[in-house]
Amino acid sequence: MTVAEFGLGERLGELRRTFQSGTTRSLAWRKAQLQALLNLVRDNEEQIFQVVHEDLGKHPVEAFRDESPLPLAFFPATAELLPEPLGVVLIFSCWNFPISLALEPLIGAISAGNAALIKPSEMAPACSSFLARVIPRYLDNKAIKVIEGGPETGAKLLEEKWDKIFFTGSPRVGRIIMSAAAKHLTPVTLELGGKCPVILDTRLSSSELEVAIKRIAWGKWGLCNGQSCVGVDYILVEEKFAPTLIDLLKKSIDQFYGRKAKDFKDLTRIVNRHHFERLHNLIKDPAVSDSIVHGGQVDKERMFIEPTILLDPPLEAEIMTEEIFGPFLPIITLKNIEESIEFVSSRPKPLVLYAFTKDETLKRLVLSRTSSGSVTFNDIAVQFMSDDLPFGGIGQSGLGKYHGKFSFEAFTHEKAVLRRNFIFDLESRYPPWSDFKLNFIRLLYKYDYFGIILLFLGLKG
Amino acid sequence: MDISLIHINIMPYHASSLPLVKLVNNGKVCAPRIRNLLGDREASITPKQTHPTSLRFSWRISSSFSSATESRPIMEDEMKKMERFDSDSAASLLKELRGTFASGKTKSYEWRVQQLKNMIKMIDDNERAIMEALQQDLAKPRFESFVSEISLTKAACNHALKELKHWMKPEKAKTAITTFPSSAEIVSEPFGIVLIISAWNYPFLLSLDPVVGAIAAGNSVVLKPSEISPATSSLLAKLLEDYLDSSAVRVVEGAVAETTALLEQKWDKILYTGNGKVGRIVMAAAAKHLTPVILELGGKSPVVVDSNVNLKVSARRIAAGKWGCNNGQACIAPDYIITTKAYAPTLIDGLKNILEEFFGKDPLESKDLSRIVNSNHFSRLAKLLDEDKVSGKIVHGGQRDETRLMIAPTILLDVPEDSLIMNEEIFGPLLPIITVDKVEDSFDIIKSRSKPLAAYLFTSSKKLEKEFVENISAGGMLINDTVVHLTNPSLPFGGVGESGIGSYHGKFSFDAFSHKKAVLYRSLYGDAPVRYPPYTPGKLRILRAILDGSIIGAILALIGFGKKKLE
Repeated sequence: MTVAEFGLGERLGELRRTFQSGTTRSLAWRKAQLQALLNLVRDNEEQIFQVVHEDLGKHPVEAFRDESPLPLAFFPATAELLPEPLGVVLIFSCWNFPISLALEPLIGAISAGNAALIKPSEMAPACSSFLARVIPRYLDNKAIKVIEGGPETGAKLLEEKWDKIFFTGSPRVGRIIMSAAAKHLTPVTLELGGKCPVILDTRLSSSELEVAIKRIAWGKWGLCNGQSCVGVDYILVEEKFAPTLIDLLKKSIDQFYGRKAKDFKDLTRIVNRHHFERLHNLIKDPAVSDSIVHGGQVDKERMFIEPTILLDPPLEAEIMTEEIFGPFLPIITLKNIEESIEFVSSRPKPLVLYAFTKDETLKRLVLSRTSSGSVTFNDIAVQFMSDDLPFGGIGQSGLGKYHGKFSFEAFTHEKAVLRRNFIFDLESRYPPWSDFKLNFIRLLYKYDYFGIILLFLGLKG
Repeated sequence: MDISLIHINIMPYHASSLPLVKLVNNGKVCAPRIRNLLGDREASITPKQTHPTSLRFSWRISSSFSSATESRPIMEDEMKKMERFDSDSAASLLKELRGTFASGKTKSYEWRVQQLKNMIKMIDDNERAIMEALQQDLAKPRFESFVSEISLTKAACNHALKELKHWMKPEKAKTAITTFPSSAEIVSEPFGIVLIISAWNYPFLLSLDPVVGAIAAGNSVVLKPSEISPATSSLLAKLLEDYLDSSAVRVVEGAVAETTALLEQKWDKILYTGNGKVGRIVMAAAAKHLTPVILELGGKSPVVVDSNVNLKVSARRIAAGKWGCNNGQACIAPDYIITTKAYAPTLIDGLKNILEEFFGKDPLESKDLSRIVNSNHFSRLAKLLDEDKVSGKIVHGGQRDETRLMIAPTILLDVPEDSLIMNEEIFGPLLPIITVDKVEDSFDIIKSRSKPLAAYLFTSSKKLEKEFVENISAGGMLINDTVVHLTNPSLPFGGVGESGIGSYHGKFSFDAFSHKKAVLYRSLYGDAPVRYPPYTPGKLRILRAILDGSIIGAILALIGFGKKKLE
C-alpha cells in the first residue's frame, strides 16, 4: 500500500480528530485496547510464529519469548503532576523483532492515551502485512492505524507533524528521524544499537565459567542469530584464557544446534539478501578471515551463516568498527582484564555492557568508568525482560527509554499543575517595590522570622 | 605585535569591583581570559566614545603596560588564538573538557558539592554587581532581580545541596521472574559534556539554574549566555571563571557565529532556552550527533478569568505576572486573557486600578517597571500595537518612549483573531483581552492554538477547574495565580509541543542531566535448560507460563502437567 492509496492526510486527520474528541484519554478505552492487544497476541500466536518464521526463520520458542509483549496498566494521577497523552504518535518498528518492537511501544502509546500510527519494517514483509491485517480487527481503528511501506513511505510520514516519534533501528536513520522531527519540535525516542561488549573475567570456578560461556553463546546466537540490538557483539578476555573460551563456546554451539551447520532448525536465518551480503563482506577481508577459529561457512541460497568465532581480528577492520548484527563473534584478547575498561570507554557508548565477574573492584570500575545504556552482570539480554528497568541507549546507542512504566512516560507529558486559592497573599510580592519589601523577602528566604518581626516593628532597616 | 588599537568595553557598574573588560580587536571580541593579562590597569584608560549600554573606550596601550608585560610572545600567541571563537576553538575547548570529564573528577560527590557551594558564595559576594548588570541590560528593578533571579538561583543551589546525596543514590528496581534470581538498580550517571544556551530575559537565572542541574548531575558544562544582555553575559564569564572549577565549567560569550561554532561540536546534552525558530536549529544540529536536547521555549500563555472570582486578588496576580515580571518579557508571563463579554469591563477596571497602585499615574516614569530589552524588540512591539485593526482597541496605556525603550502596561479589548498580536508570542507589556459568551468557550480557543508553556485559570468553580485541567494541554498549569509555579522545585518546568521538549527544576534538573543506567546483577548459578536451544514444545509451555505471570502454571509445566496445551 502506497502513501497515496493509504490517503495519509485523511487518515492522519482522522487520528487527530479521534484524539481531540478525548476518546483515547479515558481509562476505559485504554484498558479495552490493551485487552484487545492481549487477545490479538493470544488468538494469533500460531500465526505470529508463522510470519516471524517466514521473515526470519525464528523458532517458535524464540518468537514467543521475544515477540509477545506483556500488558501493563499504569495510570498514576497526582494532584500536582498530571500525566497527559502527547497526541498522535508515530511508531517505526524494526525487522529483527518485528512483532514485539511494534507492539511494545504501542502498549506504551495506548496506556498513555495517545492515538498512534505504526509503520512496521518493510524488511520483514510477512510480519508487516500481518500487523496491517490484524490490528484493525482488534483495536480501535479510529485511533490506531498501520501503514505499510518502505523508505519513501517513511519519508512522507516524516514530513507530517507528529506529537512523538518512536523509532527502533540504526543510528544513520535515527539521525534522519531526529532532523525531520526538529522541524516540528517533535520529541523523539530513538532505540538504536551499537557494539555490545562482553567483559569476561575468568576468575571464576569452572562450573561458573561454564554457565557464563553458555549464556554468552546463547546471547550471541540464541537471540535472532546475532541480529539483535542487545545481543553480544564481541568478547574481551585475557589472552591466556582464549583457547579454553573457544573450546567452551564450540561446546555450547554443539549442544544447542548439533554438529551440522546447515541444519540449524533452531537458528534464525539472515533477514535478507542485503544483510547477508553485508555480513559476508565482513569476513572477506583476508586479515579477518584468517582470524576465524570456528565456523565461517555460509549458505548463500538459504541465507544462513554458521555461528562463527574469530580470534583477534584487526581492530580497524569493519567487523570491529561497525555493529556486527549477525552470527560472527570476535574474541579480543587483553593482557589483563582491567584493560577492558579503557577498551570500552574509548569506543562509542554501547546499548548494553555485559560483564561476567565476581570481583567487586571490577564491578565498580565497570559502573563508574564506562558508560552504556545499561549494564548487566553475569548474564545476557535478560535486563530486557525486566519491566522495572528502563531500556534505552545513550550517545550512539540511542536517546530516551521505554519498557514498563518508562513506556508510559515516553508517551506522556507530565503536566505540572499547581492550585492556589484567593486567601493568602503577601503584599511584598507586588510593585511598587521598596527597600522594606526587599528586606522582607530577603529575610523570608533566609527563614529569619525574628528579623521579619524587627523589620515590621521598624527596628531593622 | 601591534595591539595599539584595542577597544575595551568597560561596564560602568564595576567601578567599585574588579575590572571587567572585554577586548575587542578590530571589531572581534577576544575571549574574556585575556582580561587576566591586563590585570587592573583600567585606570589608564581614557574614554573616547560612549554607547547606551556600555562605555566604549579606545585605549592606546601605554608604554608602562608594554614594559610591564614580560610575557609578550605568549600574549601575542594568545591574542591570535582568542581573536575569534570559531569551530577550532570550540573543538579544542571540548577536547579539554573531555579530558577533565574522563579523569572522573566531576563525578565525585565532593566536587559537585564544592562547585554548588562556590556558586552560592559567588552570588552572595556579588549581589550588587549582579543587580547592576541586570539594571543595565533590562533596567530590571532591584526587587525583581533579587526575587526572580538571585533568590531563585540560590534556592536551586541550596535545594540541590540538600538533596544531592539522596538523588545520587542508585534506585532499587524490581526484577522479573524470568531473571530470577537477580537484583537490579537504576544508576544515575552524568551524560558528559553539556552545552547550555540561555536567554536574555532572565539572563542570570536562566543561565545558572540549568548549570546547577548539570553540575549536580556531575557533568562538565559550557554556558553560552545571551549576547542581547551583554552586561550579565560578561559578568557571568568573569564570575564563573573566578568561583568555579574552570577545568570543567566554562563560559563562551558571543552571538550567532559563536553559537554556530558550538553547535557543530558533539555534545552529550544540550539545553536551550529561547524561541521555537532557534529551537529547531538547535535540535537539527543535535540530530547530527544524536545528542538529546531540552528545549525551553515559549508560546502564548492564556489566562482564563471566570466571573465569580475575587477581583482584587485576581487582577493583582495577573498584573504581577504580566508587568511585574520583566514587563511581560518572560516566557511564562500571561500573554492574553479570555473572559466573558459581561465580565470584561469589570476586569479591565480592576486591572487599571491595580496598575495605578503598582506603577503610579505615569508608568513610564516608574522605577518598578523593566524596560524593553533593545530597539529591535521595541519596534517589534510597536508594530504589534500599530497594526490598523489593533491600534483602535487599546483601552488602557499605550504610551511609549523610544529613546528610553519604555512601553507602558497596555490593555487591548477584542483584538481580531487574525491580528499579529494574537499570532505571535507578545513578550512585552501588551495584554489583549478576548471575550466569549460563556467562559467554557475559552477552551476551544486555547485548543485551536499551539500548546502554551503555561495556562492560567481564575475561578471559584471546582467544576470549571477540573474541566480546564483535563482538557487543556500546556507545559504547566496554575489555578488562581500566575507565574509562581515556576518557583516550586517539586514541579518540573518545561513545555510541550511548540512550547518545548523536556523539563527541569529541582530533582528534574538532576534527572535532565543524568543518564539512567539500568544495572542488573545476576549470579552464575546454573540455568533451567528451558532457556537454551534445542527448543521443544515442553520448553515453550514453561516459557509461556512464566511470561504469563502464572507461577503455578510454570511449576505445573516444569513438572510436566502443563494445563495450557500447545496449539
